[in-house]
Amino acid sequence: MKNRSWAFLAGGLLVALLLAGVVSNYASSHPDGLDSSLLKGCTVDADDNIVGGTCPAQQARDHELADSPLADYGVRGVRNSFVSTGLSGVLGVLVTFAIGAGGFWLLRRRGGTPTDADAATPTEGDPATSGDVRRRADAAS
Amino acid sequence: MHISNGIIDGPVAAIFAALALAALTACVLRGRRDLDDRLAPMAGLVAAFIFAVQMLNFPIFTAGVSGHLLGGALAAMLVGPWVGALCVAVVLVVQALIFGDGGVAMLGLNITNMALLGTAAAYALIALLLRVLPRTRAGLAVTAFVAATLSVVVASQGFVLEYWLGGTTDLGNNLGGLAGTMAGVHLLIGIGEGLITATTVLTVAKVRPDLVYALRSLRAPAAPAVPVAGGAR
Repeated sequence: MKNRSWAFLAGGLLVALLLAGVVSNYASSHPDGLDSSLLKGCTVDADDNIVGGTCPAQQARDHELADSPLADYGVRGVRNSFVSTGLSGVLGVLVTFAIGAGGFWLLRRRGGTPTDADAATPTEGDPATSGDVRRRADAAS
Repeated sequence: MHISNGIIDGPVAAIFAALALAALTACVLRGRRDLDDRLAPMAGLVAAFIFAVQMLNFPIFTAGVSGHLLGGALAAMLVGPWVGALCVAVVLVVQALIFGDGGVAMLGLNITNMALLGTAAAYALIALLLRVLPRTRAGLAVTAFVAATLSVVVASQGFVLEYWLGGTTDLGNNLGGLAGTMAGVHLLIGIGEGLITATTVLTVAKVRPDLVYALRSLRAPAAPAVPVAGGAR
């Protein structure tokens, strides 16, 4: 990949980290469109807890992983809620990028097509892996 | 729009898990054609960006209700429908398995609505609008806005279908009421989705137009810069 692409990736990641790490603390804590639609028929208090009536939301069960250390976008053990939310967001962005970019990199189409820039160099005699090694070297430079 | 455990019954959730798995497999097989050395890291960035923006619940005009980006239209615009659906699915899996957001048993339903239906509806609209609208920044903005807005409404109706099949509360023949409520509130959320999507796509199109999949694949004749940039498409 060219330097410009690396710069774009780094810039995009930085924006995502700022959004998840800082701006996320200013997000609305009200139920989202689905949850609020399922609350129809119930009455809720100021904290959006159900206090009466019947509605689909009452059937909701606990999440399987409600005890996860990052459950509900907070880091267990971190008392400052601003830091807890921000840190969980930063970790989420990094994990998502690692899984996404890593997975897509492994899935990517290998071996050049005729329009590929480096397909001009003869690779026919090489095993497919040598092309990959060269591509990785290109990407790293 | 993440469904919590207990809202849809187990058998229907299992059927949608199987459907989602089959559809995602198709996305992998077809998406590989789009995934080259340049698109792969870009797709990882799109997934990370969607994760970040999904944390930003914004209030909508109705008091006490919030919404957040789903990301299908943004992903379809930037990395195409097949890889785009996979990007949103990666986000949903991370959210369910690490952040306790959206039941693990409901993952197939959530992937169906947000990753598959949302992205597919968005891409159909993008393909249509990019062909009929003028090839200007305004045309691109309108395309992104309209596709994103309506994709959210389509995704919300996916939930209504699932609730009709396996909802755990008897609505007493008032499924239409749920459909209307869901469509109305998600039209408002969709406006937020549209604004975020249009802003992001315009920004990327300004900095790196060659990284916008929809511009490369749907507007190829009008983008002479693309072959020079070495695109394999």
